[in-house]
Amino acid sequence: MVGGKGLAGRTLRLYLPLGFFLVAMLFPFYWMAITSIKPNRELYSQKIMPMIVHQPTLKHYIDLFADTNFLTWTYNTMLVAVVTTVISLALGVMIGYPLARMNFPGAAVVTIGVAATYLVPQPLLFIPMADIINRLGLSNTLSAVMLTYPTLLIPFCAWLLMGYFKSVPRELEEAARIDGASRFQAMTRVVLPLCTPGLLSAGIFAFTLAQNEFLYALIFLTQSEVRTVPVGAITELIRGDVFYWGQLMAAALLGCVPVAIIYSFFVDYYVAGLTAGSVKS
Amino acid sequence: MAVGPATVARPATRAGRAFSRRSLFEREGVFSWVMLAPGVLFLLAFVAYPFFYGIFLSFQDRRVASAGTFVGLANFVTLAHDAVFWQVTRNTFIYTIVATLLKMVGGLAMALVMNQAFRGRNLVRAFFLLPFIVPTVLSTVAWMWILDPTFSVVNWTLRNTGLMTQNFSWLGNATLAMWSIIVVNTWRGLPFYGITLLAGLQTISPDLYEAAAIDGASITQRFWYITMPVLKPILIIVTMFSVIFTFSDFQLPYVLTHGGPANATHLFATYAFDIGMSAGVLGMGAAVALAMLPALALLIVALTLYLRRE
Repeated sequence: MVGGKGLAGRTLRLYLPLGFFLVAMLFPFYWMAITSIKPNRELYSQKIMPMIVHQPTLKHYIDLFADTNFLTWTYNTMLVAVVTTVISLALGVMIGYPLARMNFPGAAVVTIGVAATYLVPQPLLFIPMADIINRLGLSNTLSAVMLTYPTLLIPFCAWLLMGYFKSVPRELEEAARIDGASRFQAMTRVVLPLCTPGLLSAGIFAFTLAQNEFLYALIFLTQSEVRTVPVGAITELIRGDVFYWGQLMAAALLGCVPVAIIYSFFVDYYVAGLTAGSVKS
Repeated sequence: MAVGPATVARPATRAGRAFSRRSLFEREGVFSWVMLAPGVLFLLAFVAYPFFYGIFLSFQDRRVASAGTFVGLANFVTLAHDAVFWQVTRNTFIYTIVATLLKMVGGLAMALVMNQAFRGRNLVRAFFLLPFIVPTVLSTVAWMWILDPTFSVVNWTLRNTGLMTQNFSWLGNATLAMWSIIVVNTWRGLPFYGITLLAGLQTISPDLYEAAAIDGASITQRFWYITMPVLKPILIIVTMFSVIFTFSDFQLPYVLTHGGPANATHLFATYAFDIGMSAGVLGMGAAVALAMLPALALLIVALTLYLRRE
């Protein structure tokens, strides 16, 4: 595209921009990592060269585990993410399958409804939702977020899975039905196994989004023992004007690790989910 | 719905009744609605109901832990005379438009760079997506430290390369703070554009470019007549998605600036939070949140129609 052939051209149109993007995308993670192992003496000095760690220490990690409920927050985050992912996948399948495969009265309305709820952003709903959760007596319980996160995830899962369901040839289901399988069996034994990649994509996506959620958790969970990692970090490692930067960065890094690990195993499914809505048509 | 013949007949044996119940469930309409019911009811209860309840709240003078009184459009009238509200509106539009343009251009550049063959491309793609997948709040905290007024690494770098002599207050100055939240939003959202556009680029056969090159098409012509037509639908969908969620962004400005300094980076969502949650004035907060609706509704309707057309 730009420049000539050979190494010079390749440097100009590949290596340089690639290097730029890599540094820009990854620097904050590098910064998290080295901040978390710097002693305070290095953190709060304008003189010491900040790009590297001179005397690494694990103090911030030890303090994080000893002085805060970080482990509880991690457990809460994981529990909520797993439960909401399972709920969202199950209900997503149950919505997506009929919409993709069946003719029935009301199908068009439900399809539009699902697409619209998919696009309704959370900030439009959080104030009435806070009041509803309050009246249900669910404040400061993990049920509050387990009940509300799926609203963000079900429409997405249903939408993504519809595409996969549509790609399974109808003949396979019909053959199973002729062999005596019920509609439900045709779905669970024939179509769902063939859509495993779609289920994985939707699951990974739901899991990362559930870990990312902040607004509902911030509003509903105000006691330390029920908090999730993002809320705990923001509310308890920043006290007034005092920032515990070492611990904050340790918490941020550890909070990113589970998502990053899951993601690294299923990156192709994640990308498939990401592009399914827009590229597949 | 018509009643099936099986139910008209005399009550059959147990086996027969089980069969008829089963055959009812085998009907497309019945099966579909039985499957749909839990999910649809759930979405009605926790999306549709809060949505309409929010509209109801916005017509009330309602504070936390007290009963509301109907005040009609009073909340909206108050907002219309609230200078901060108009500043918030302006902020939200600036934030959305500038960040979207940056993500679009940057994402396209990323996709074009990534569409060349090189070793370790899949690994690089996985790394590029990291900002998009990790919890926003946690990466934003890292940015907060990067932009710290005293210990900012950006300031350190600028100072030590001799580009400036004193520290910039990246989050303390109104203009710089707006740019800061825009840059961080771009950092997070750009990979979404980049990787989806890359997926689009990879559907274009290289033969097409070769054929066009042989026919004498220039690089620019190849870009506009081969690349862009393929990317256009993807770009439209990705942009609409991203605009909806940038426009209603909460996490990033809430963590990075809390709307400050002096409301310079307050967006609709953070302002609604401050009024509805921090100050506990639910009715007014709901009204601020609903102020997002006209612009969002346009986008949502457009995108819903577009998605359905596919």
